[in-house]
Amino acid sequence: MSLTLIVLLPFIGAVLPAIMIRAGRNACATATGSVTLLALILLMAKAPAVIAGEVFQVSYSWLPELGLNVTFFLDGLGLLFATLILGIGLLIIIYARFYLSKDDPMGRFYVFLLLFQGAMVGIVLSDNILLLLIFWELTSLSSFLLIGYWKHLPEGRQGARMALAVTGAGGLAMIAGMLILGDIVGSYDLTVILQNAGLIQASPMYLPALILILLGCFTKSAQFPFHFWLPHAMAAPTPVSAYLHSATMVKAGIFLMARMWPVLSGTPEWFYIVATAGLVTMVLGAWIAIFKHDLKGLLAYSTVSHLGLVTMLLGFGTPMAAVAGVFHIINHATFKAALFMTAGIIDHETGTRDIRRFGGLLNLMPIAGTIGIITAASMAGIIPLNGFISKEMMLEEAWHTMWLDQNWVVPLLATVGALFSVAYSFRFIFHVWLGKPRDENLPHHPHDPPFGMWAPPALLTVLVVLIGLFPAAIAGPLVAATAGAVIGGELPEYHLSLWHGLTPALGMSVIAIIGGSLLLMRHGGLMSATANLSRPDAKAMFDCGMAKAVALSRLVSDNLHNGSLQRYLAITIIGSIGIGLSGFYAQPDFQSGTRELLEVSPPAAIGWLLLVVTCIASVFMHHNRLLTLLLVGVVGLIVSLGFIYLSAPDLALTQISVEVVTVILMLLALNILPKETPKESLPGRKMRDGIVSIAAGLGVGGAIWAIMTRDLPNTISSYHLANSKTEGGGTNVVNVILVDFRGFDTFGEIIVLGIAALSIFALIETVTQGEAAKRLANWVVSNRRSADRHPMMMVVATRVMLPLSLMVGVYIFLRGHNEPGGGFIAGLVVSVALVMQYMASGFGWTQNRMKVNYHGMIGLGVIAAAITGVSAWVAGLPFLTSGFVHVHLPIVGEFELASAMGFDLGVFLTVVGAVMLALAKLSQVERMAEHVEINTEPMDHDPSLSAAPAATPGKEA
Amino acid sequence: MEFLVASSIGLLTTCGTYLLLRGRTFPVVVGLALLSYAVNVFLFAMGRLTINMPPILREGVTEYTDPLPQALVLTAIVISFGMTALIVVLSIRTFLEIGNDHVDGRPVGAPSEAGDKN
Repeated sequence: MSLTLIVLLPFIGAVLPAIMIRAGRNACATATGSVTLLALILLMAKAPAVIAGEVFQVSYSWLPELGLNVTFFLDGLGLLFATLILGIGLLIIIYARFYLSKDDPMGRFYVFLLLFQGAMVGIVLSDNILLLLIFWELTSLSSFLLIGYWKHLPEGRQGARMALAVTGAGGLAMIAGMLILGDIVGSYDLTVILQNAGLIQASPMYLPALILILLGCFTKSAQFPFHFWLPHAMAAPTPVSAYLHSATMVKAGIFLMARMWPVLSGTPEWFYIVATAGLVTMVLGAWIAIFKHDLKGLLAYSTVSHLGLVTMLLGFGTPMAAVAGVFHIINHATFKAALFMTAGIIDHETGTRDIRRFGGLLNLMPIAGTIGIITAASMAGIIPLNGFISKEMMLEEAWHTMWLDQNWVVPLLATVGALFSVAYSFRFIFHVWLGKPRDENLPHHPHDPPFGMWAPPALLTVLVVLIGLFPAAIAGPLVAATAGAVIGGELPEYHLSLWHGLTPALGMSVIAIIGGSLLLMRHGGLMSATANLSRPDAKAMFDCGMAKAVALSRLVSDNLHNGSLQRYLAITIIGSIGIGLSGFYAQPDFQSGTRELLEVSPPAAIGWLLLVVTCIASVFMHHNRLLTLLLVGVVGLIVSLGFIYLSAPDLALTQISVEVVTVILMLLALNILPKETPKESLPGRKMRDGIVSIAAGLGVGGAIWAIMTRDLPNTISSYHLANSKTEGGGTNVVNVILVDFRGFDTFGEIIVLGIAALSIFALIETVTQGEAAKRLANWVVSNRRSADRHPMMMVVATRVMLPLSLMVGVYIFLRGHNEPGGGFIAGLVVSVALVMQYMASGFGWTQNRMKVNYHGMIGLGVIAAAITGVSAWVAGLPFLTSGFVHVHLPIVGEFELASAMGFDLGVFLTVVGAVMLALAKLSQVERMAEHVEINTEPMDHDPSLSAAPAATPGKEA
Repeated sequence: MEFLVASSIGLLTTCGTYLLLRGRTFPVVVGLALLSYAVNVFLFAMGRLTINMPPILREGVTEYTDPLPQALVLTAIVISFGMTALIVVLSIRTFLEIGNDHVDGRPVGAPSEAGDKN
């Protein structure tokens, strides 16, 4: 449990800084630090057991069908990395509190940092590789936010983009690799995968999986040729560089190579890819670092070089090299994090990071200087610091390594790499801290930073010295536990100590130190000698590649997605026809079924004829919009009649009431829209559309013909019919299905209806702004108006009919459970009754008397339905289980009262609210366009007020 | 009878599709309405056609039509009203914003795409 908590704590805690920043910067930093500290304490509580060889495991089922489970495990390797992530994280949090200026939004910084921390801990503790991939991508995303934290700086944004593009692309490759790996083994659990080295290496998919996974590792850990993003990511604030680019994120790739070491390493493919990439990265990174004038640039390339060193060691594939690699991971994290923090201190105190302007800073900043010199010496590999020991081990391993049967290649290049490393480390020492000040006019007068800023690197420096002096005592157990986890077997004989006697490695070390010193002495000459060498600029190449990719995707999307609805619809319809046709050809024995057909009655034939005529007419006369609307109304009417005829009374009632509302809606729309459709289709286009439409019609008609002429297989409907009365308490099976059997569907549907109405509301409410408002203000009422807008006859008739029609609505609602009717139909009927009032007496007059909030009604409806559903929980039944009681009333007799009625009431309210909201909002646009005042009288000419003069037509709406 | 229904569905689909492919919003809305009829009747007909067998339980009656497609179509009718209302309002809003009712939403005077002139 506490293992899960270690991963979750940073994520949960990530809300704290956002809240605590209101209480001040100290409170914010303290809250953030406590989260990390708590996670670290939980981890440390497990450390002794893990070092003793125990492996903690915890597992929760998530999507077991996909092999995706939340499983964590903690072994030596996980312990080492989690300690680095949380431990250095804690130091960084303290350091950042003093580093960030008052103008920087600190809360946001800590939120990003904790998210990143959680993702990193997730990577190193995941037992499931799919889960690991999720955390892996999370680190890419959160590091993007951290690198681009100073979003006002273009370098920050560009660096963040580049880092995301490179590591994100690598992450994608890795997903593929991991999936292959999981497929080979048949499990996505690391603990299982790690047991199957033989199976994996014998598989023909081993090489593709290896390459894809390594792509992910190399991009993340900035290995050649993907090393270029890391220096650009240095635009981030220094705490980020120190955290992400020394101790954690760039080590994620290394971690994964170490994690997968038992199953992937040991093959020639692994050796030549990994060791070679590491070797090249080590030498190249160190070489470039010598020439960097930016302090952080130098450290960035040095990091690239050291990551290359560890990669190379892992690539050697021998247990001894793995031990050396693990040890160097620890050492590098300690000295490099401290160096980055020192660079941040220099930047903070002097206002610049240009090495050419420094010199003699040790006198001005003695504490920071001491830290910087000791850690840089460790980076150079000077005795007796920890960097020396692991470098010796590396050189020792290199000495024994053959590359393409040549015994000199690796030792030589390793020595050269070490030599360059000495050169840039000494440059950091001599050009920054020692010697004479070269620039008296630094932006700020440097002095030592506050305690909170130098304490974290100082602590690391103490570690650097202690591990150097007593390696076996301080780091020995951790190295043993970690290396044991990496190797997954017996540890080789090794001895962590400063002095191993006169070994070849010592000789190579001496050569490196002397050569590096000589190189630094000639630094000025070297600079000018190489100044004119043309070297590839990774950023320009990257930008060029990105520009081409953007241009290509723009080309593709512009052609596919040109903004023409006609094109999209044509493609969709033609595509659907194509799919239908392919099915048709796949099974060419298309025949009518043998089901007994119904007789054609004369009324049915007349209805069909009417439908055919109106349908065709609506197409040929569609330029006259009003006529089209009427014709479509006729079609709707025939469809309703058809439903009655074909045993579907509920559908008929619904269809006919919807028809009324739709026609009113379309008429309102037509008042604003043009009354004619211009004739602009070219004959060719008409021909194409005609052919496509006929093909679609033939396909759909043929399909339903084939279905209707075959017998209905036994479906769930028989269950509905059998249980409608006994389970749902109603005899109208359609209504019982709606409110009971499939109530959850209906619940979703009324929500959709409500959302549609609210969208309409939003679309109309904002019509008073921008172009639309201007057009409405300048609207010219073109069509002729009736002189009597609110005719007396209609007003009186609707007024009389209102109670009657509302009564009908209530009746339809109440009987709906047993007879045709129900919430949907009742809602539509009531809406029609209300709309009639609006139409007859005008919007304003009616609205003043009907103070109903239609939004509220929609919400109320959904809530009523939900409450009915939830109330089943009280009885311990699933959501929307319906109950009913038999009630006996005198006169009325016995009837059932079902809880589904409450649900149906919700449906009713939502339907009324949605219909009324849509129509009311639409009529609001009309009133805005016609510039008329709201009428206060129900009719234009009121005979009961015969003494008063007749109101002037056209002044009311 | 089955032939009448099948041919009606086919015809409604044809007319609806043709109007759907027009270049102005109103015919598209009408086309969508016709297509909704076609789809609703199609779904309804999946339960096969029956006469005088409404799914209202009665004493002594054992044969009923399939109630499930009816229930599904009932909500579909109401939902398609909601969708029609939404796209009607969308087309009005577009018309007010850009001054014409072309479905591609080009402002007045913007060059129309060659070949899509309908």
